[in-house]
Amino acid sequence: MIDFTLTETDQAIVDYNRASALICRKYARYYDENEHEMPPEVLPEAEAFYGETPLPPKGGPEDTSPPVMMALHSMISHWGDYTIRLKRTGGGLGNAALSAAGTPEQQQKWGNLVLSMAITEPGCGSDPSRVSTSAVLDPETDEWVINGEKIFVTTGIRAEAVVIWATLDKSAGRAGIKSFLVEKGTPGFDVPHKEKKLGIRADDTAAYVFSDCRIPRGNLLGGDESISKKTSGGFRGVMKTFNMTRPMTAAMGLGLAEAALDFTREQLAEAGVEIDYMAGLSSQSAAAEKFIRLEAIYDASKLTTLQACWLAGEGKPNNMESSVCKAHAGGAVRAITQGCIEILGAMGISREHLLEKWTRDCRITDIYEGTGEIQRLIIARGLLDYTRADLK
Amino acid sequence: MISFGLSEEQELVRDTLREFAADALRPTGRECDETSSIPDELLQSAWELGLTTTQIPAEYGGGGEERSLVTNSIVIEELAYGDAALALALVAPSQFANAILDHGSDEQKQKYLPLFCGENFHMASLAQLEPGPVGEPMRPRTVAEPKGDGWVLSGQKSFVVMGDRASHFLVFARNQDGVDAFIVARGAEGLTISEPELNMGLKGLATVGLELERVEVAAADRLGGEAGCNVAQLINNSRVALGSVLLGLSRAVLDYCVPYSKDRVAFDEPISKKQSIAFRLAEMHIECEAMRNLVWQAASHLEKGLDASAQARFARTYVNEKALWIADNGIQVLGGHGFIREHPVEMWFRHARTLSVLEGTAGL
Repeated sequence: MIDFTLTETDQAIVDYNRASALICRKYARYYDENEHEMPPEVLPEAEAFYGETPLPPKGGPEDTSPPVMMALHSMISHWGDYTIRLKRTGGGLGNAALSAAGTPEQQQKWGNLVLSMAITEPGCGSDPSRVSTSAVLDPETDEWVINGEKIFVTTGIRAEAVVIWATLDKSAGRAGIKSFLVEKGTPGFDVPHKEKKLGIRADDTAAYVFSDCRIPRGNLLGGDESISKKTSGGFRGVMKTFNMTRPMTAAMGLGLAEAALDFTREQLAEAGVEIDYMAGLSSQSAAAEKFIRLEAIYDASKLTTLQACWLAGEGKPNNMESSVCKAHAGGAVRAITQGCIEILGAMGISREHLLEKWTRDCRITDIYEGTGEIQRLIIARGLLDYTRADLK
Repeated sequence: MISFGLSEEQELVRDTLREFAADALRPTGRECDETSSIPDELLQSAWELGLTTTQIPAEYGGGGEERSLVTNSIVIEELAYGDAALALALVAPSQFANAILDHGSDEQKQKYLPLFCGENFHMASLAQLEPGPVGEPMRPRTVAEPKGDGWVLSGQKSFVVMGDRASHFLVFARNQDGVDAFIVARGAEGLTISEPELNMGLKGLATVGLELERVEVAAADRLGGEAGCNVAQLINNSRVALGSVLLGLSRAVLDYCVPYSKDRVAFDEPISKKQSIAFRLAEMHIECEAMRNLVWQAASHLEKGLDASAQARFARTYVNEKALWIADNGIQVLGGHGFIREHPVEMWFRHARTLSVLEGTAGL
């Protein structure tokens, strides 16, 4: 049944996450301004928080489903700060790829490591079929020899190993692309630098270089070495991981947008600007009207994101919906944070406050995990019943 | 528990109404628009579907089914997918009936609800909008002065849906404490009903103006009796209903543009293969999904009796903006053909433009 309310248990979990997120927010500015420093894995306040704040109960079958709660959790943590956590846990995007496509042996061997995922290269972004990093089998040693350069690798510094996309045969296009697991410290695998960015500066986005980097033959993710002529092979398996990661990416940006709205609401209230949802055009300030519009965009985007997650929880296909929510959120968070700056004026761009940071941080939402344009391509193909070849 | 799942019953209602809209409304919409009329048989056939009667309690002669605002939003979306003007007409009696059901005194329920439980289409209208610029929903210009036990109403109303055949009007007016709604019978002294108004869109739907010159209303005819009623809730209800209409209309535009763009060839390929068109269609789809979620959120909150003024406002503001964008871009996808009355897109654009300025003219 259609319902948009949280149960008591849901609410307790949300409150707990919010309390933790607020502590993290205190560190947000410092690690934005000191980009070269890595934020601590565990904050000094963590022990006291976990000791004093009772853990919320676990959700039952009458409560909101785990994927939806995951999205809410992600929104709330990012509402605190994009990167800082009381205690950092979990892996990177590479871990998602491993669970989706890895063999049982690979899962066991690599599952406990933080895995980054390296797809983008200096010469290819949205079109990963142009990947030019190569993997060549050396039959004498039964090793893959990897050569190439990867950029924009999320959690690239913290990661203990990486899932990289490399091509076995460039002429085979997408079908020739396979994923490989490479451990940090393997000779020929260098991490030259952390990228310098507009936002999410505390996040360790890295560049990787592979020069004659040799890895065991069994490190090919999923183990299938054949290049199929008909299908896009392992490519599709990896693309599937996006059906949950896209809504989560949307949720991350929306957390930042919510922080911006909360801050703006407080400032408007302090300035004596009332927000009246029943008012017509003649009895309310333009600032209040504009703010209501931004709130509406936020709710639309949040609900659309939760819907994609809800479908995943029901075991229903959510391919279109995950692109819909990602595309929507990409535009929504830009409109919301920039709209809040317009409402608050000079205060909005001052580094005394976090609004300008949230605005820079959330700008990535419409770019990574498939740009807004890529999402629209996917959606349009779905609507028009077109293949990739029909609509480029 | 957050859930986006429809009940089996809601799915059934949706499918039934979808079929009805395709068979009975879509083929009729254009003619109704051109002739500014709606055939009585159409109103009667919708009446027989039980649109108004189903959720009226059995004690008043109704179907006694559970009142669900989410279900009603789905009904309206599907009807409006067929034709927005006809959707408004078909659910118009429900708006009056539901206002009585949700806010009326026992006496009012007993007196008015049975009117909507008969075999034949029966109409009574809400009179909320007023002529003149910048309407304020909570501050109508029409006034209600106390006189003895009762009231005297003075003012003007416009866009009173199907007022030409209404037995009663629910007139929103300002009194010393705020705003109230009053039941005024068609023949009341001092009440003048205009000829149908001439509007840009929804032309099939007859709307009238009311002139209230010191119309006397008994105390018992204030909606809710002595307690009065929650006018904000009536407005919220209407905002969500209008959002549902615009949502159905938006989907209709998108579903018309998809096959058209696949057929239409320019520069040696269907225009749908060009990103400028394909992305526009993707955008329409994204916004239809977003709009529906906002509409459902508000409907569900209202159904639960929560204060949903913010959510209803979001559903109204956002859906207005996006539906207008979709209708406008529907014309652009069809190019010159979008401007020609042979295709329904120009009509849907006029409907959307008209719907976007309405308040209090549909209910859940």
